[in-house]
Amino acid sequence: MEHFTPLASLIGGMLIGLSASMLLLFNGKIAGISGIIAGTLSPAKNDTLWRIVFVAGLLVGGFLLRLLSPQTFAIGITRSWSALVVAGLLVGFGTRLGNGCTSGHGVCGLSRFSQRSLLATVTFIATGALTVYIINHLLGGAL
Amino acid sequence: MNSLLAAFVSGLIFAVGLGIGGMTQPAKVTAFLDFSSNWDPSLACVMIGAVTMHAVLYRLIRRRSSSLFALAFSVPTRQDIDLRLVGGAALFGIGWGLGGFCPGPAVTSLASGHKSVVLFAAAMIAGMSLYKRLENSGLHHLPISSQDATSRLATPPSPLLQSSQDY
Repeated sequence: MEHFTPLASLIGGMLIGLSASMLLLFNGKIAGISGIIAGTLSPAKNDTLWRIVFVAGLLVGGFLLRLLSPQTFAIGITRSWSALVVAGLLVGFGTRLGNGCTSGHGVCGLSRFSQRSLLATVTFIATGALTVYIINHLLGGAL
Repeated sequence: MNSLLAAFVSGLIFAVGLGIGGMTQPAKVTAFLDFSSNWDPSLACVMIGAVTMHAVLYRLIRRRSSSLFALAFSVPTRQDIDLRLVGGAALFGIGWGLGGFCPGPAVTSLASGHKSVVLFAAAMIAGMSLYKRLENSGLHHLPISSQDATSRLATPPSPLLQSSQDY
């Protein structure tokens, strides 16, 4: 647990919860990032611009982090390009098939005590843990 | 216009929260998912902070009949458990462990300019598009379709509510 950052992570999490609450209060929308991104791919009238603007906010936030603290984007793991492509495809396809990702099911869904979201969250943490176990302990830590 | 500003600020705060929480560092995400050695519970702290904050505020906000900018709440109400939910989450988890990114951090990290992030994010968009294509060409014959999801939204679909997904 040498890299454990309880306070920073708790504060970061609270900001995420605050952001999700803002989007609900002002716009009536749920902050599920995979759904917001996917929604920009198939534009629907009156339901696309806010998504693009939210994603722009994510990017501008990213640029702020880059300016203030570049180590925010340390990768720290070794993955080949083909592994990254497979990973990206699985994340994109899986979040749409399962209707949510870490933010939608993990944060917003659990906050509403949704059983669907609890099951989804337990499932993606379990298969994520199994994948990391295989990479770190059976394949030597890189893929 | 005001609602767009709110969406922008919300996205910005979300990104800063991810960064401060350590979620834009794949090594930290995979260290959370590796329970067997040198476990890093930071991601659990992010979840606890986010869920606690949102669980309280969600209940306060939902006492209102509509959002501040007069848009009806668009909140998922599905309660059924199906294979698509579990299968999708399982595939997502494999990709998450493999790449160390979920969608929010992947988009936020594009600002870093790292080639690996650009590659991951491009593949992620491709995966989403692939799903959309399959859905449009017959996947909706599976028991629970996104059309059902639309009909189960808390508020009836209106021109303002086009979302057909949970999240």
